[in-house]
Formats: sequence, C-alpha cells, structure tokens
Amino acid sequence: MTRALRLIRRRLIGSIAVLLIVIIGTFLLLEAAPGDAVDAYVVSVGGDASMIEELRRRWGLDQSAATRFAIYISSLARLDLGHSVAFSRPNLDVILERLPNTLLLMGSATALSFCLGTFLGIVAGSRPGSFRDRFLSIGSLALYAVPGFWLGLVLVVVFSVQLRWLPLGGIETIASGKTGAARALDMARHLVLPVASLGVIYLALYLRMMRAGMAEVWRMDFVLAARARGIARRRIVLRHVARNALLPLVTMLGLQSAAMLGGSVVIESVFSVPGLGRLAQEAVASRDTPLLLGIILVSAVLVILVNLAVDLLYAALDPRVGSSGEAA
Amino acid sequence: MIALRRFLRTPEAVAGALILAALLAMALSASWFFPRDPQSIAGPALLRPFQDWTLPLGTDRLGRDVLAGLFHGARTSLAVGLAAAAGAILIGAVVGTLAGFAGGVADEILMRITDAFQTVPGFLLALAFVSVAGPSLATVIVAITLGAWTGPARIARAEVLSIRERDYVAGARVIGMHPLEIVFREILPNALPPVLALSSVIVAAAILTEAALSFLGLGDPNRVTWGGMIAEGRAVLRSAPYLSIIPGVALVLTVLGVYLAGEGLVETSAARRMNA
Repeated sequence: MTRALRLIRRRLIGSIAVLLIVIIGTFLLLEAAPGDAVDAYVVSVGGDASMIEELRRRWGLDQSAATRFAIYISSLARLDLGHSVAFSRPNLDVILERLPNTLLLMGSATALSFCLGTFLGIVAGSRPGSFRDRFLSIGSLALYAVPGFWLGLVLVVVFSVQLRWLPLGGIETIASGKTGAARALDMARHLVLPVASLGVIYLALYLRMMRAGMAEVWRMDFVLAARARGIARRRIVLRHVARNALLPLVTMLGLQSAAMLGGSVVIESVFSVPGLGRLAQEAVASRDTPLLLGIILVSAVLVILVNLAVDLLYAALDPRVGSSGEAA
Repeated sequence: MIALRRFLRTPEAVAGALILAALLAMALSASWFFPRDPQSIAGPALLRPFQDWTLPLGTDRLGRDVLAGLFHGARTSLAVGLAAAAGAILIGAVVGTLAGFAGGVADEILMRITDAFQTVPGFLLALAFVSVAGPSLATVIVAITLGAWTGPARIARAEVLSIRERDYVAGARVIGMHPLEIVFREILPNALPPVLALSSVIVAAAILTEAALSFLGLGDPNRVTWGGMIAEGRAVLRSAPYLSIIPGVALVLTVLGVYLAGEGLVETSAARRMNA
C-alpha cells in the first residue's frame, strides 16, 4: 500500500507542475485573443462606457500582465473558469454538463479499440511472419490511415441513410420519454456509430504494439524452455507470450487518452453528440475563447487523472514498478 | 543505389512510393492541368462522376470541378504535412538535445513543458490556436506543429543521454570545444536518425489533423482542402455521397502511402546499419 501511496505522491507533484504550465499557456492564448472578459460581458449583458471602465477596474483588467495572471490563477483556484458569452452561464457549468457524454463516448471507444486491438494483435503475433500476420498488419495500417470523421460519414451513409438501421446522430431520441433500460438501449443505439468511428481507428495502435511485443517475447529463452517442455502451443501463446507482451499496452491506454479526447471533437461534430468536443467547436464558432480555454484546462486535468489511474493499474499489475522508489 | 534497390524490394514500400509520387505529381501539375481557380464554377451543379468527360469526377453543390479540387487540395495537404513535420522535428530535436545535454534544472523545466504539451489534446490546442490567430495556411501549420514536436523531443533527449557519455564527446571536451559546438556538431547529427524515423508518422498525423481542422471550417478559406471538400459534401450526403467519399479516399490513400513509404525507409536504414 505504501508503494502505491509513494507513486501517487510523486506523480501528483509532477502533475501540478504540468498543470501550472498548461495554465500559463491558456493565459497567454487568452491574452492573445482579441477582446477581453469585459467586452464579452458587455456583449451578453450590455452597458455603457463608464460601466466598462468600472468593470475593467473591478476585475483588475487595467493592471499589469503579472497582476492579471495572479487574478487568473486565483479565480481558477476557486474553480471559476469565467463566464460564457455564448451560453450566458458560468463556463464550468456548461463544461460539466457536457462531460459525461464525452466520457461515455471515449470510454466505450477505448474499450473497443483496446479489446479488439489486443485480440487481433494476439492472432497476428501468435505466428509472426505468417500470412495472417502480414494481412492483419497491413490491414491495421490501412485502418489507421482513415480519418475518423470521414469513416463516420461513410458509416452514416451505409447504416443510417441506406440501411436505416441506426440513428443519424445525437445521444438519444429527443423527448422520447424513455426511462431506465429503454433509455439506456436508446443511447446505446445512438452511440454505435460514433464509438465505432472513434474506436476502430485506434485499434491499429494496440494491434501493432501487441504484435511487436509478442514478436520480441517469442525470441526469449523462457519461451524456448516452455516449448522444450512440450507445453501446448496454444498455452504458450496465451499464458507466456501474450501475457508478457500485454503490460506495455496498459501504458499506451494513458498516452492515448489525449488523442482520444482530440479525436472525439470531430466525431462529436459529425454525429452531433452533445459532448465536450462539440462544445469546443461551438465555442470556436461563437468566438468564445474563455470557454474554449476552459475546455482545454478540463481536458488536461482529465488526461492527468487518466494517466494517474493507468500508473496505479500498472503498479498493481507489475510488482517491479515503484518497489525501490527509484524506478518509473 | 544499393539502398534504393533494397528499399524497392518490399512490395509495401513500392506501393507507398508510387502513391507519394502520384500525389507529388498532382500537387505540382495542379495549376497546369487546372489553371482556373478551383473555387470557380465550372459546370452544372451536382453533376455525377463519369457523366461528362470534361468534368470526369463531376461537380459539387455550386458546380465546382471535383477533380480540380482534388488536384489543388493535394497541394495544401502536402504543403501542410511537410511543413508541420519539418517544424516539429526541428523544434523537437533542438529541445530534446538541449534538455539531454544540459541536464539538471534546464532538463527538468524543458521536460515538464513537453509533458504539458502532451497533456493537452493536440487537436484541441490546434483548434484554440487557429481560432485565436485566425485561419490561414501559416497558422494551421504552426497549430499542428505545436502539438507534434513532443514525440521527437523525447526521442532526441533519450538518444543524447546515451551519446553524451561516448568517448568522442569526451574527446571534443578535452580539446576545448565550446559546449554549444559540441551539441550541434557532435551530438545532434548522431541523435538525428531515430528522430527522423518518426517523420512519416508525423507527416501522416499532420495531414489528418489539417483535414480535420478544415472539415470543421478552420482551414485557410482561400484554399481548396480535402477536409473542406468533405465538409462541403456533407450538406448533400443523402443525395450525392460521392462528394464526401471521393476526397476522403484521396486522404486515406495519401496517408497510407506516407506510412508504407516510411516503414520501407526505416527497414532499409535498419538493414544498412546491420550490414555496416
């Protein structure tokens, strides 16, 4: 247990430094954007020149850049991400309202790509160099070359327009009055195409990594020993080779979370899923920079948390990690 | 010559090289075959492909030539992909080399900055940058570079950490070379090959990111882009799906060509290193 706590502590210290740099970055972007918070406020609420002056003074926007940064940091510390012009509501409220949909989409897509990718990777890696292996490797490369948003459109043309099997977009049927299991089923039907377009593309990554890892393990002495002892090939593939190649893929899960979040921006726009990504696009369309930067900050926190969870999972799976306080 | 022959031995690498050659030819000949502005009206609206041989791939909603768009779009994709990848590798190599060579506090600061850039989803960063700086070819390239330099930086740093301890670096130190001279003349050139091996992945990712940005309407408004063409076709997805499908196929082939050629190159250089 102390091992896990030590790992968490070390990771948290590093994460705070990283988050601080991200905040500096968003502050710089906010400064570079045309207009400031007062302009945005006046656009949505209204006010005359004297009120604008008064607001600028009260919010500290007439101060030096350093003071403005201090104000920015202290408001972030109070979980105040500013006010959205486009929605006339606090940014954090808007973001938190959309977050669950994105988490659902990302989580399902990650599960799909990890499970299917690992499985196909084991199929390819069980006989390195075979036809099956080459076919899967080239096929996954071709899949990895497909832009997710385009795959989404093609799937819509086939499954929603031609075959009419699945809904065109959205997260659930609007005002259907469904509850419980019926509602869950309705949402699942809406999520099939977005999850497939997001997940299938990243599948290639896990497949190739699994395959490469297995090719390496095959060359190790203990596999030779296992074969010499006459253990069934199937058992060697699963219990010895695949098992040892699986560990690096767990790290990949964390590293991919940022790419998944980025990918969901476009996928959510294609399928009009009301999530964080679609919100980012709406923020861009309505020139709401503070909202967009709020989304970036929340995504950064999300990525940090996912990576922390993955590190803990890794430490639980591999007793070598963090035991000396030196490693990792 | 031997390297070329070895490169051409794998069928995948040949396929990749052929696709890239075709793409390059399209980009270079775009204004020769299609001297007119590709955004101007060329014929009746929504003409289907293979109907009229002066407009072989048909026209879009506004009567613009799809084939001309494809040729001019190849130019944008290629320009953005190559420029962003070159920028990312340059910045990554310099940052990684400095971090690895300097060590200590400088290393710590540079690597935390790298972490920060890896923590923010690259596509969101590009979105924010383009929306603040305004969409143009240059801002799109910078936006994509911002999210792409971290991989090269990490690899360059790891390489430099191992090269730093070699004898010829110690030798350079002994003869009194300036540290910066050691970094850029002795260490960086030797740390570069593994970083360059990443270039095909970075070019491919840059092309895909550019397509996604212009699909969302954040590309350079004065240029034809494949992503923009897909977005344009989306409005008539039910009646004329070919308008979205054709530029998408071009994108897939391009990115696949980059991957295949890149894998071939990496294998060729690995084989050469083994023989040497």
